[in-house]
Amino acid sequence: MLKSVTGAFGAILSLYAYSQAAAAGDQIVIGDIDDLSGVYADVQGQGGVEAANMAIADLGGTILGKKVIVLSVDHQNKPDIGASKFREWADQNGLNMLLGGSNTGVSIAMAKVALAKKVPFFAIGAGGASLTGADCTPYSIHYAYDTTALGNGTASAIVKQGGKTWFFVTADYAFGTQLQEAAARVVTANGGKVLGAVRAPLGTTDYSSFLLQAQASGAQVLGLANAGTDFSNSLKGANEFGITKTMKPAALLAFISDIHSLTLQTAQGLYLTTAWYWDLNDETRAFAKRFFAKMHREPTMTQAAYYSATLQYLKAVKTVGSTDPDLIMAELKKTKINDMFTKNGYIRADGLMVHTMYVMQVKTPAESKYPWDYYKVIKVMSGEEADGAQPDPACSLSKK
Amino acid sequence: MTAVFGVPLPAILGQLMLGLVNGSFYALLSLGLAVIFGLLGVVNFAHGAFYMLGAFAAYIGLQFLGVNYWCALVLAPLAVGLLGIVIERLFLRHLYQLDPLYGLLLTFGIALIAEGIMRGLFGASGKSYPVPESLQGGFNLGFMVLPIYRAWAVFASLTVCGVTWFLIERTRLGAMLRAATENARLVQAFGINVPLLVMTTYGAGVALAALAGVLAAPVTQVSPLMGSSLVIVVFAVVVIGGMGSIIGAIVSGLVLGMIEGLTKVIYPEASNIVVFVVMAVVLVWRPTGLFGRE
Repeated sequence: MLKSVTGAFGAILSLYAYSQAAAAGDQIVIGDIDDLSGVYADVQGQGGVEAANMAIADLGGTILGKKVIVLSVDHQNKPDIGASKFREWADQNGLNMLLGGSNTGVSIAMAKVALAKKVPFFAIGAGGASLTGADCTPYSIHYAYDTTALGNGTASAIVKQGGKTWFFVTADYAFGTQLQEAAARVVTANGGKVLGAVRAPLGTTDYSSFLLQAQASGAQVLGLANAGTDFSNSLKGANEFGITKTMKPAALLAFISDIHSLTLQTAQGLYLTTAWYWDLNDETRAFAKRFFAKMHREPTMTQAAYYSATLQYLKAVKTVGSTDPDLIMAELKKTKINDMFTKNGYIRADGLMVHTMYVMQVKTPAESKYPWDYYKVIKVMSGEEADGAQPDPACSLSKK
Repeated sequence: MTAVFGVPLPAILGQLMLGLVNGSFYALLSLGLAVIFGLLGVVNFAHGAFYMLGAFAAYIGLQFLGVNYWCALVLAPLAVGLLGIVIERLFLRHLYQLDPLYGLLLTFGIALIAEGIMRGLFGASGKSYPVPESLQGGFNLGFMVLPIYRAWAVFASLTVCGVTWFLIERTRLGAMLRAATENARLVQAFGINVPLLVMTTYGAGVALAALAGVLAAPVTQVSPLMGSSLVIVVFAVVVIGGMGSIIGAIVSGLVLGMIEGLTKVIYPEASNIVVFVVMAVVLVWRPTGLFGRE
């Protein structure tokens, strides 16, 4: 008995030693921890991995003579899984950089690991603004969008059009509550009023009873502080129960994949805020065309951001000539970001990537001329307008 | 506006209505469970999985085979019921002589396997199933808009519940079934093929779950996890109604759906647990359930 235990222990040790050796610096390892099977799987999911691989291919596949590889895992929307996988990769696989997928709760847990392990962490799918506020770290970059920008975009557009009283249906975790707060702040600042809110668990499929509560409030605007299939299910329910006839729905976070699955018939007229749209200009269309050839759907804003983040990180590695996390972070924070995702973006002291955001309106079926022709631009917001010019005072890095 | 407990009446009526819709699904599912438990003594933990498979059968039929909703309403329960029969023949049959726990473990395992396979094939995020064209739109009830489809789901499930109750409690076939569970040997001695009877009963119970799945497909997402999130509540409903009682399953399904709806207006935080609170109270007061026989 004892013999077999020691034997097994020895085998584990030697395996460990082997994986250490394999990771010893002959590769640049990029990790992707995302929801690959749940409510957010269509937002980035496999498409995110594909986008990261496209960026690697565009730089030739090797940087500083090292092959670049991507690891990917499903966090199942559980913060403990995300954090422990991140730690495992950092300890055993020589992880150099992490791309964070959807779910603010998971990303907050992973930011703590980024700090402990000194691994640059690009939070992309997650929206919670606290990632560059109370939960900021010197190694976190909040890359694609945040709840503050969404509130400043969508909520202010709707309040200014006369939607003064709001009721929120909110995803019951960090992201939903932060999104609701950001939107509510904008609503009250513009003279509107929040009449109430109800929190629905992540992954709810039948929103009918939450929606009836919203209707009973008598508010003009139905604020949907959720995302992914939560968003499409709640909007579908609102249509089915005739609530969209009396209340105007506000999509506080919607991705083009959601609009596609809802169809224009249901989604037409919605306002939403996005960092990127495939049909903005020739550069975005060129990327979208390549992406479409592989994934058979147009990229979402966060899939485009996966591409951009991978590209910018690898360029920084090239410039610095090493994967040293502190040198890389310093390089990233002083360089303007210019690629097909954004122009003249820059990373603020608190880690937020400040860049142009667009307020869009979903086209009617009659306005849509070709497949995936879904948005028209209502307003272009500068990065400062979307997120404020000053770093978040809640972040310890802002006080320098 | 009239108010009860400080809650406006339309809000209460709306939630009660939704509770009735949910309750009719509870009723249909717990009915199948009650039939299987009452007549076979099997605690069918795979019931939620068969419900999910029914919804997927409808989805697959529509997406890949061009089977519309109305045909799926018949074909999906048939297909899943057949699968149930196969499972009864191959596995479950050998466990009748053993402790009920073995049947529970087997069906629980089957549920996990079915969920795993569907998750592998279709992902966990769920597929949407469109409401059939003829049932789109809604009735304006004054206090809320009731989608026609949900009204139909209530009607369909109540009809099926009624027919099943009649079949088992009021016909010769039902009498044979009940006799076979009392004393299988004696009934067999009268020349009735008991194993066949039992097999068909299991298939029918499974088909009821699949039918509930088809009815639910346009209401919720068709997802591999749709069954496991429901089956626990449905078990509580069966326990409250009295294990094996047909009428108990139907009545307590409907009533608990409405109690849940009421809780959502009065104290929303408790709506997820109210069914279990009722179960605990009932078990203390009447351990055999509301309609259970000693």
